[in-house]
Amino acid sequence: MDGIHDMGGMDGFGKVESEPNEPPFHETWEGRILALQRAMGYAGAWHIDHARFARERLPPQVYLTSSYYQKWALAMEMNVVERGLASREELRAGHALEPGKTLKRKLTPAVVQDGLTRGSFFRQQQAPAKFKIGDRVRTLNIHPKTHTRLPRYARGKLGMVELCHGCHMFPDSVAINLGDNPQWLYTVVFDGRELWGADADPKLKVSIDAFEPYLEPA
Amino acid sequence: MMAQRRAFCFIVGHMSGHDHDHHHDHDHSELSETQLRVRALETVLTEKGYVDPAALDAIVEAYETRIGPRNGAAVVAKAWCDPAFKQGLLADASKAVATLGHVGRIGDHLVAVENTPKIHNMVVCTLCSCYPWEMLGLPPIWYKSAPYRSRAVKDPRGVLEDFGVSLPKDTEIRVWDSTAETRFLVLPMRPAGTDGWSEQQLAEIVTRDSMIGTGLPKLPGATS
Repeated sequence: MDGIHDMGGMDGFGKVESEPNEPPFHETWEGRILALQRAMGYAGAWHIDHARFARERLPPQVYLTSSYYQKWALAMEMNVVERGLASREELRAGHALEPGKTLKRKLTPAVVQDGLTRGSFFRQQQAPAKFKIGDRVRTLNIHPKTHTRLPRYARGKLGMVELCHGCHMFPDSVAINLGDNPQWLYTVVFDGRELWGADADPKLKVSIDAFEPYLEPA
Repeated sequence: MMAQRRAFCFIVGHMSGHDHDHHHDHDHSELSETQLRVRALETVLTEKGYVDPAALDAIVEAYETRIGPRNGAAVVAKAWCDPAFKQGLLADASKAVATLGHVGRIGDHLVAVENTPKIHNMVVCTLCSCYPWEMLGLPPIWYKSAPYRSRAVKDPRGVLEDFGVSLPKDTEIRVWDSTAETRFLVLPMRPAGTDGWSEQQLAEIVTRDSMIGTGLPKLPGATS
């Protein structure tokens, strides 16, 4: 979706400010929401693409004025309710009012490392790769209303395939519950001037990781 | 802070149909407001049987004590000392890192990109916050912030200036926008004057930012 989260190339946000000796968490609840996300992911309650799509659907004014982990909390409430794992009434009450659903598995202290190691996104290929390293490609000019990993600044642009990462589950499908729909994934590199015009830094190159459905031969 | 609090209340009210003004009747801070909602989430999900609070404790503890940029620094230092490891790292970083027991288990999809006198690499996630967590720990706030995500792909030299880093004009800047599940680790250039250093000594000068590409390793003169 053409949302506020798709920030690449926007002006006006100011300087990048680094916090010296930044702690892992600034507040206790930040650690809890992160851990909840890991545990629910491990349980198979939802996928990373559902979490991301939920954050992207936050109203822009909320997105811009909430802290990073506040966005996680809001998105988690959305996923919990939308997926029928708890009701709004229960979240309001702060207690379960009905028994839970059965999830795939549960993260316990004994297997906590499994909750910390990312799962593999590789999937069995459905067809041979359409592109090879060195191919010139053009990204499509698409504007889906749902989750996509093709950022606006890189749509309709001419680039070159630099790496092939194999076949991965396709976030655009996963986020809207259409299944893994595996697709080839490539690193596609663009000249800075292709993205930002003739005045761009001539020594700039930018790459994205592009799924095959985003690309056409050029 | 107030804007943040209002926004949070707004969406919570919006989401849950909760009486919006209710939140403002109480004299608790914006943070305790959030804390209450997160506590409610944890309690409900625990009572439903989905999560185990002891496992949550262990995850928080891991991020606070074990998973941090030292993991990445050990990998970089090894690559500086061991040409065969470096070659393996650049060919298949997930596989190469998995051979280092002390770094711990990592998932697939790690790619290491090498800085040279001609090319400087920098990593961003314009859409969200993708970051090689297993190598570098939790992403710092600036990495997830609008200024970095908006500017890194368009004005990386300006971003580097914000970090006090200035590169020669003829150095190519290569920005990697981690839009999929691939995670990128920058292999910075080994600073001059470090000949004969042990891997441990070298790891000390590998900063987190040098592995994101917004900084350089600490110069030996600055370490003592």
